Amino acid sequence: MSTATSGIDQTGAKAAAGKMSGLVSERQVEELDNVVIRFVGDSGDGMQLTGNEFSKAVGEAGHDFSTHPDYPSEIRAPTGTLFGVSGYQIQYSSRPVFTSGDAPDVLVVMNPAALKTNLPDLKRGGIIIANSGAFTEGNLAKAEYQSNPLEDGSLAGYQLFKIDIAEFTANALSNSGLSKKDVGRCKNYFALGVMLCLYNRPFDKEVSDIRKKFAKKPEFADANVTALTAGYAYAEATEMFATTYQMRASAATPGKYRSITGNSAAALGFVAAAELSGVPLFIGSYPITPATDILHDLSALKNYNVTTFQAEDEIAGMCSTIGAAYGGSLGLTTTSGPGMALKTEALGLAVMLELPLVIVNVQRGGPSTGLPTKSEQSDLLQAVYGRNGECPVPVIASYSPSDCFDCAIEAFRIAVKYMTPVILLTDGGIGNAAEPWLIPDVASLPKLAVKFRTEPEGFQPYARDENLARPWVKPGTPGMEHRIGGLEKDFFSGNISHNPLNHQRMVDVRAAKVAGIAKDIPPLEIHGPKSGDLVIVGWGSTYGSIAQAREKAEALGKSVAHVHLRHLNPMPADLGEILKRYKTVLVPELNLGQLSKLLREHYLLAVVQLNKVQGKPFMVADIYDRILELC
Amino acid sequence: MNSPNELADKIHSLTKKDFESDQDVRWCPGCGDYAVLAQVQKILPTLGIPRENFAFISGIGCSSRFPYYMETYGMHSIHGRAPAIASGLKLSRPELSVWVVTGDGDALAIGGNHFIHAMRRNIGLKIILLNNRIYGLTKGQYSPTSEIGKKTKSTPMGSIDRPFSPVAVALGAGATFVARAVDSDLKHMASVLERAAAHKGTAFVEILQNCVVFNDDAYGALSNKATRADAGVFLEHGKPLVFGKDRNKGIRLKGWEPELVTLGENGATEADLVMHDEKASNGGLAFFLSQLENPKFPVPLGVFRDLEEPAYEELNKAMAEGARVAKGPGDLGRLLSSGETWIIK
Ligand SMILES: Cc1ncc(C[n+]2csc(CCOP(=O)(O)OP(=O)(O)O)c2C)c(N)n1
Ligand code: SF4
Ligand SMILES: [Mg+2]
Repeated sequence: MSTATSGIDQTGAKAAAGKMSGLVSERQVEELDNVVIRFVGDSGDGMQLTGNEFSKAVGEAGHDFSTHPDYPSEIRAPTGTLFGVSGYQIQYSSRPVFTSGDAPDVLVVMNPAALKTNLPDLKRGGIIIANSGAFTEGNLAKAEYQSNPLEDGSLAGYQLFKIDIAEFTANALSNSGLSKKDVGRCKNYFALGVMLCLYNRPFDKEVSDIRKKFAKKPEFADANVTALTAGYAYAEATEMFATTYQMRASAATPGKYRSITGNSAAALGFVAAAELSGVPLFIGSYPITPATDILHDLSALKNYNVTTFQAEDEIAGMCSTIGAAYGGSLGLTTTSGPGMALKTEALGLAVMLELPLVIVNVQRGGPSTGLPTKSEQSDLLQAVYGRNGECPVPVIASYSPSDCFDCAIEAFRIAVKYMTPVILLTDGGIGNAAEPWLIPDVASLPKLAVKFRTEPEGFQPYARDENLARPWVKPGTPGMEHRIGGLEKDFFSGNISHNPLNHQRMVDVRAAKVAGIAKDIPPLEIHGPKSGDLVIVGWGSTYGSIAQAREKAEALGKSVAHVHLRHLNPMPADLGEILKRYKTVLVPELNLGQLSKLLREHYLLAVVQLNKVQGKPFMVADIYDRILELC
Repeated sequence: MNSPNELADKIHSLTKKDFESDQDVRWCPGCGDYAVLAQVQKILPTLGIPRENFAFISGIGCSSRFPYYMETYGMHSIHGRAPAIASGLKLSRPELSVWVVTGDGDALAIGGNHFIHAMRRNIGLKIILLNNRIYGLTKGQYSPTSEIGKKTKSTPMGSIDRPFSPVAVALGAGATFVARAVDSDLKHMASVLERAAAHKGTAFVEILQNCVVFNDDAYGALSNKATRADAGVFLEHGKPLVFGKDRNKGIRLKGWEPELVTLGENGATEADLVMHDEKASNGGLAFFLSQLENPKFPVPLGVFRDLEEPAYEELNKAMAEGARVAKGPGDLGRLLSSGETWIIK
């Protein structure tokens, strides 16, 4: 550790920062096309924030990126422990990025536990930037290290940079007047400063962002700016880094961008659906990881046509949504696995009532409480089939964070056009991961036509239109008072009917209505050859890993295509025919083969499964290796 | 659309018949539910509300068939969930008059959670609980209000469950309007229902309802002409708890315990009796009353509590208006490009 700069105080840091713009470094600048960086520390170290800010900084340079936050389910696990480690991985590139990357090139570790748990993932020869001050005897013991890995030569195969981030931050803030605890909180900005310098990202934008973020607490704004500056200055001045890195320019589509997570994109999509249809949005939800942020985001938008209701449980979330849809709102409820289970009975009622509403399941590891903060795709069969009775529900899934926006609108498009509940599946990976989003022009968004029936003449509550949808009638409409309910209903009047043939007819028509949505699904996009040796069929968050693996295999001359399903029930009309054009069908999923089951059942096809249930996304290599085995 | 005058005429000309649907009522002959249906149909035309603005939401049970018989908007939903569905409806459409009809199993067993939270929030629902102290629709199992020792098919040796009082539960949940009536006293029931209809926030009415098939005579003493004056005490705001055929019995407090007295005996006077106060901000008196039961004490009938508190839907509306004032009306384009953005040229 160099002590030359350890005395940086606020003025020193400023002076150092002042030099930066004009400083001609004698260091080498290595050009990159792609890098994967993982920030890891204690839950309280603020690594999610560091990662977020770093990803914004690279997005602003026009680079594509994809992130993967990975945090424990404990809010503040005991410090220094192996299970308390929180990580944030970002891949950014001069080319389009689909995943947060397999193995990191760079590991920024704030303590021994972070190193211990993440080192196995680091590329051979990769960079480790370690907060050496946290490698104390106590922390080493908590991480079950016999000796200090920073000193014992065990990291010889990597490029190790030791920086006493804690100490430098404390020194930089010695005159700040902040408590020791608050000073400790600024470490992450020091680390961010180091990384911005190392990757040749500008520094002033971040300063103004900090000022904005902490506008209400100027003393924290000052402290964080000081820490950031000190980190940047340190990385600039130290002789430790012989090389810095510069990403080659990207050819991103011109336009206005923001970084967005799947949950935020979904929330915006739902507000958009309300605005586009002119129908108010109602969300009734009960908090559950990793879905809660949708409720949070919408709760802050009460100046829009949005009512938010934190219900007493998921059943009430679903039921209040039914009540609101009955009242003429776009009904929305958001949840994850266990909450989805609770909503099941009421979802059946919504099917009987034929009311338009959307249920979002941000899937997590199951069964039961499972792995709340990890992602999985194991609720697909539950979504398609998991109800009593013949109870068809359209199911769609988003493939990326920004796709959640489009899927939110698509879910309501189907719901109101066909008068049906719709399930939207995302997962914890998509929900929390961020990527740059090319902000759409409002005029380019699809229109959502909603018609409330107000004409009493000839009104039959269950008479159907050409899409087999029944009319949507708001209570309060004169002359159309009627009753609906969960008991089987007469085909036209909706009155209770136990007539055997009527029941057959109602079961058939509910099934036909949902099946009929297939004609309303655009043709599938095929990435790669239109026929050939192998087609990979995916759904949801596996998109990126599959796309990248396919491209790699194609570069090797393999005949491999990729089809990604947004609509899972009903399946797109052209899927069966497409699958027949390839010798082999490979279905990678983060479950034990649920889409595989559906494909076999629908198309009587042999399907090769590739399954993983570790609470982690697929590595590109997982899929790439399987492709090479198959063709 | 109607002009205001036409609307007023239309509302004015509504009658009980206008609230009767064309569906055959399918309760057992002699079931107490008939009386409740008739009284509700009788008071609705008097409320000054257009018929199309009523919505009746129910769960599952004999009692929950209620909406089918009402010529209003209505939903027969799933077991126990009516308050949650009605809450979503009321929040999204505060101008509607939303009624929940439920049973002792529906509201207090499977739906207990929604029941208490509706009242905790004070959302504008009228909740009528038809308490027959039995599960009617599933053919006679004991319910959360059945007495200890109740023999049913699922409790052949007698129930060991302790019952609770719906009124006590409602009070515990913070209900701002809590009342009780008995199916055999039509006039009193109608007056209680009118009070509930006029209340802002959640209005809870327990109706002691006889199930002739599975729990006949559960309220025999209260319904029998010969005994009812002694078996019940009518609560009247600002009046002492006097009851009995000769109106010479009363209830007074001895420490925290109720004590039955006969006026004029042992020096007991009206001044010694518990004075009813619906408006007491402390719920103690109402809870005390909720514990009085036959046969030791008369069953209180009438309004236990009636407080003026803001209704949930009003607060929600005010919050949305506040947000609009503070942040301006929503603008989708601005929303999409909010947060930290950057431009790629
Ligand atoms: C989820 C669910 N569980 C159980 C039932 C069966 N069930 C229907 S009504 C009922 C009890 C009804 O009792 P109560 O609410 O007292 O109504 P009553 O019939 O006495 O009016 C039960 C257990 C059901 N319909 N749904
Ligand atoms: S079973 Fe009892 S509660 Fe149900 S309809 Fe018959 S009498 Fe009424
Ligand atoms: Mg009952």
